[in-house]
Amino acid sequence: MRRRRRSVAGRAGFAAVFLCVCAAWLAGCHGREGYAPYEMPESFDETRDYEITFWAKNDTNKTQTEIYEQAIAGFETLYPNITVDLRLYTDYGRIYNDVITNIATDTTPNVCITYPDHIATYLTGSDNVVCLDELAADQDYGFGGGKVRFDGPSYDELIPDFLDECRIGGRLYALPYMRSTEACYVNKTYVEALGYTLPDVLTWDFVWEVSEAAMAQDADGNYALNGQKVMLPFIYKSTDNMMIQMLRQKGAGYSTDDGQTLLFNDTTAALLEEIARHTETGAFSTFKVSGYPANFLNAGQCVFAVDSTAGATWMGTDAPLLDISADKLVRFETAVLPVPQFDTAHPQMISQGPSVCVFNKKDPQEVMASWLFAQYLLTNEVQIAYAQTEGYVPVTYKALNSGAYQEYLAAGGWDNGLHYDVKIRAAKLLLDHVDDTFVTPVFAGSASLRDAAGQLVENTVKSVRRGQTAEQLDIEAMYGETASLYRLDQLGAQRGGMPAGGEELGRLPRTSVILLASLAAVWALILLYAVVRLAKRKRNRR
Amino acid sequence: MKKLTALLLAGAMVLGCAGCGKGGADTDEKSEGVMTYEEYAAAALDSEVVVETYVQAKQSWYEDKATVYTQDKDGAYFLYDMACSEEDYEKLTPGTKIKVTGYKSEWSGEIEIIDATFEIEEGNYVAEAEDVTALLGKDELIDHQNEFVSFKGMTVEAAGQDADGNDVAYLYKYDGSGQDGDDLYFNVSLDGNTYTFTVESYLCDNTTEVYNAVKALNIGDKIDMEGFLYWYEGVNPHITSVTAAQ
Repeated sequence: MRRRRRSVAGRAGFAAVFLCVCAAWLAGCHGREGYAPYEMPESFDETRDYEITFWAKNDTNKTQTEIYEQAIAGFETLYPNITVDLRLYTDYGRIYNDVITNIATDTTPNVCITYPDHIATYLTGSDNVVCLDELAADQDYGFGGGKVRFDGPSYDELIPDFLDECRIGGRLYALPYMRSTEACYVNKTYVEALGYTLPDVLTWDFVWEVSEAAMAQDADGNYALNGQKVMLPFIYKSTDNMMIQMLRQKGAGYSTDDGQTLLFNDTTAALLEEIARHTETGAFSTFKVSGYPANFLNAGQCVFAVDSTAGATWMGTDAPLLDISADKLVRFETAVLPVPQFDTAHPQMISQGPSVCVFNKKDPQEVMASWLFAQYLLTNEVQIAYAQTEGYVPVTYKALNSGAYQEYLAAGGWDNGLHYDVKIRAAKLLLDHVDDTFVTPVFAGSASLRDAAGQLVENTVKSVRRGQTAEQLDIEAMYGETASLYRLDQLGAQRGGMPAGGEELGRLPRTSVILLASLAAVWALILLYAVVRLAKRKRNRR
Repeated sequence: MKKLTALLLAGAMVLGCAGCGKGGADTDEKSEGVMTYEEYAAAALDSEVVVETYVQAKQSWYEDKATVYTQDKDGAYFLYDMACSEEDYEKLTPGTKIKVTGYKSEWSGEIEIIDATFEIEEGNYVAEAEDVTALLGKDELIDHQNEFVSFKGMTVEAAGQDADGNDVAYLYKYDGSGQDGDDLYFNVSLDGNTYTFTVESYLCDNTTEVYNAVKALNIGDKIDMEGFLYWYEGVNPHITSVTAAQ
């Protein structure tokens, strides 16, 4: 049983994305026509046949694939004139890259699982993604609409916090599909063996202290806690989330709403130094450097493993999904807690999880068919089934408050499959903390800024493991290199580069002005050349 | 004339002996400042390493990063996300000699070189697959990590079940959650022990012979395989060739 390693196409550099988007934009001038803002037809033409594509993401989880297939089958039964072709991905980065590539060739999918960060890039310079406000509010085809053939949620039945996460520049560009947060999966047995009592909410200080205590070794080099040669007490899966949450909890800057980078500040530096000190002792590592937190946790080589609540089925002695062989598995009690906090009275944690966007097409009816399918993904049948595959939470009150979902939550621990205790506790963690979640501002380039936040942590860990001490770290230099690598120095020029066609856009970014001016100049020169040649010919004829 | 013939024969013998290693390497003396495989194997994790090695296969390129399977006559080096332009990537054909500077690292049991740079050097060597069938299940197998190896006379076992509950010979992704084009997982057994092998889709996509050969497998087939001895929480060979057992 193997999970694929970190994605090959996990990160699309800002420059690459920018070039692709520019290419698409230029193609619009000399080939494909750019899209005008979507105009909803008065009614859906049900006499026609439609074939739409749905690019979906699963967590390498067979049940999730089956649920997508069942959802499509259910939808096609209701709408026999619409065929949905499913294409599966296992990471957002790959979807992002493929969408960017397909924007240039006008072959985007119709419906796509995505993150708002990515949509902001898709929207650069064109209405590639459909603004859903009008569709969602439509009496016939919107949420709870009279002509919709399924029992979907009404507008009021969508959880407002999750819906708001899908607004860019005040407009709805996606539907939330599932929500998760991060959890700290703790080997409680080890914490208590070290003489500590696990609090309800972890502090960073507690996690660091226990992690350092776990590093004690015997004369033979075995760790006293597990009797093994390997011990990585604290492993973090998504270091971008780690830095973002730490900064948020500290009240420190990350970015402004309009895309100004605030990441490279003194608080970040102090946090990196702290991370470096614990890397130096071997108490901290990351997924990218060492491997999946779940594998270390389950092998008894880790005390605190931070990963998504959507990774809960891999966590713990009785986890239904395992990547390590049975002989390496260690028995222990698993606690599922919020990520460590600086202020336990005001916990703050990231809100994440897939959303669904609808791509613009020349045929408005095709977009209507796509919208109906996207909306179908919010029905209880799909929401509850998919949420049960991992530590996900449905995005509608309709699903959340349903008897079926409540029964599912109440049955946590009944078995190690559908009702796997750790998974259900992970879902409950988010449900208990919805008001404590946050998202980062979305703008063209926000995906790159997020990557940069993680890269700072990764670079710190690598540098220390390669012999530098925390004191020797040149954080200023690291800031410069990271900003350059992710073109964050160019983000300022992109600031405010939000959806096309919106009044809120304000002035064009300077780069766009230069680009447009250059194109105009080229055309002017071509025109001038043609006029001069014409004049010469006329003169010669004479 | 006899002298000339003798000279030619002697020359041929020398060349033949040189080629006896594995697949006919040029001289494999390391340049100054370059580690031998033995030194590389002994180097601490996270330390800087400099090796001279030969490209055996390429897995992927994106955003100026290449992942490459390489090997010299003494051992193999897996290069993960090595800095590489698209133009240079095209030059990394099987056998190409490269000097690599990077950091030795371990990820889920896989020893690799990361954050590396490289330069192309004169020289060529393509490794022949070493038969490690007898080492399956033994501790010594890890000594061949990342090498181009072969497995002989193994029997295809059920990899899982389809939606109708029927046993199937392979799965898309480890649990069947994938689609055509994704990694293929299949089980093969020998002497009562079963092992999971993979066709890594970035290395061999669904247009390759091996990908389609695995899709054509039936439970009970006896097969020979070649591939790279990749590691992920245990041995996880990336298979590049499947043929009926000889």
